[in-house]
Amino acid sequence: MTETLLHNDKVISIHNLCKSFGDNKVLDGFNLELNRGETLVVLGRSGSGKSVLIKCIIGLMEPDAGEINVLGQNMLSLDHEQLDRLRVQIGFLFQSNALYDSMTVRENLEFPMRRHWYKISQEETNSRIKEVLENVGLPHTADMVPAELSGGMQKRIALARTLILNPDIILYDEPTTGLDPITGREITNLMGEIQDKYKTSAIVISHDMRCVKATADKIIVLLNGKCYAQGTFDELKSSNDKNIKQFFE
Amino acid sequence: MEIPKSIKLFLTQTGELAKFTGRFFSEAFHPHYEFREFIRQCYIIGYKSLPLLGITGFIMGLVLTMQLRPTLVDYGAESMLPSMISLSVVREIGPVITALIFAGKIGSSIGAELGSMRVTEQIDAMEVSGTNPYRYLVVTRVAATTVMLPLLIILSDAVGLYGGYLGVNIHAITSYKLYMTQAFNVLDFYDVLPAIIKTFFFGFAIGIIGCYKGYYSKKGTEGVGLSANSAVVISSLVIFILDLIAVQITGILGYN
Repeated sequence: MTETLLHNDKVISIHNLCKSFGDNKVLDGFNLELNRGETLVVLGRSGSGKSVLIKCIIGLMEPDAGEINVLGQNMLSLDHEQLDRLRVQIGFLFQSNALYDSMTVRENLEFPMRRHWYKISQEETNSRIKEVLENVGLPHTADMVPAELSGGMQKRIALARTLILNPDIILYDEPTTGLDPITGREITNLMGEIQDKYKTSAIVISHDMRCVKATADKIIVLLNGKCYAQGTFDELKSSNDKNIKQFFE
Repeated sequence: MEIPKSIKLFLTQTGELAKFTGRFFSEAFHPHYEFREFIRQCYIIGYKSLPLLGITGFIMGLVLTMQLRPTLVDYGAESMLPSMISLSVVREIGPVITALIFAGKIGSSIGAELGSMRVTEQIDAMEVSGTNPYRYLVVTRVAATTVMLPLLIILSDAVGLYGGYLGVNIHAITSYKLYMTQAFNVLDFYDVLPAIIKTFFFGFAIGIIGCYKGYYSKKGTEGVGLSANSAVVISSLVIFILDLIAVQITGILGYN
């Protein structure tokens, strides 16, 4: 796989992806390519299929047709065990954070490590937990439960859980939605710091244009299930197309 | 003629529940057992239900004795009281009432817990973390209810018989030894065994229905409430249906 990546710097490539719910075609021949170290933002209206797209990438939803290649492997041809192994290299930040509310922060962070790496020592586990909690600026919260944390802190812990396995790719599902502007900005900055430190590639689903501007290397506009336009923030901002302009107004 | 919507929904849900149950058997006997989580669930489902089921079992035995006594006195058959209590408690009332209370406590909590995990994407997060959520959440809970309910019913029956002993002694003095001798003399293998076997099915039904309702909970708080509520209603109904089937089977086999 490493050899494949040396020759091909695309970490995710999607071709002709289709997904329907009944008569509603959410994705209709969608294409996307994400290069190593790049942050790609997918812009689209609510219900346009952005979340469906990243859920297809991580294997939480099965597309009706198309091809999804992640780190040189065809996601749709993998068995459950191969998919689990590939998922170690992909982090997913859920819109609702999805922290296990019956567990403490430490147990939340231990969970993916215990499930993926069966033979990790307690020492290594503790040092990883300490490192990620320091990286998200919450080293004192290890023994707290999610209900004791604010929305912004929960988002940071969710991000810490995403980082704990040192993923190559991070998928962010609306990372600043539901947060106040100051906390939203903090999360945006944190995403940038993580990208610098861990050299991850990322796909970000967001409506928050401040977050989009700060994080995006490239933007894709998802409209009617297709890739309607793509370019940098400044390129799309200067576009005269009314479908694109409405996002920047 | 078009099939009414409610019948369609009933048939669809029955089919889905059957598929969900089938998946339990294929996942439960697959390697990578979630043993730690199973033990944790046994503790939560079994040990933490002990006080409630103990108290209800005790009251059940006591009230049954107090209600039966006047009728038996009228017929001059007061001495039959221990035998009647033990037969009623062990064969029918103990298993059914304990299972119904268990469905109320555990069925609703499983439905609500898995429902809220579904709504807040925790089940998806589990899958992304390399865990099979069905095996981790469903198999462990269903196995725990199947194993724990029979044990709780045995305990509840024992406490119920003791409640009966106290009930007998409200109006007349009967020694503990005499009461227990009369209570156990009337019981034989064919009274106890079918009663215990059916409790495994009760436990399985409560677990699988609670998990099914929670696992496929609809989005929103209303969906979670509905999952908890329908888990209790359906599993209570299924307990009576299973009890009816058990009585028919033991009748056919000549054990009634």
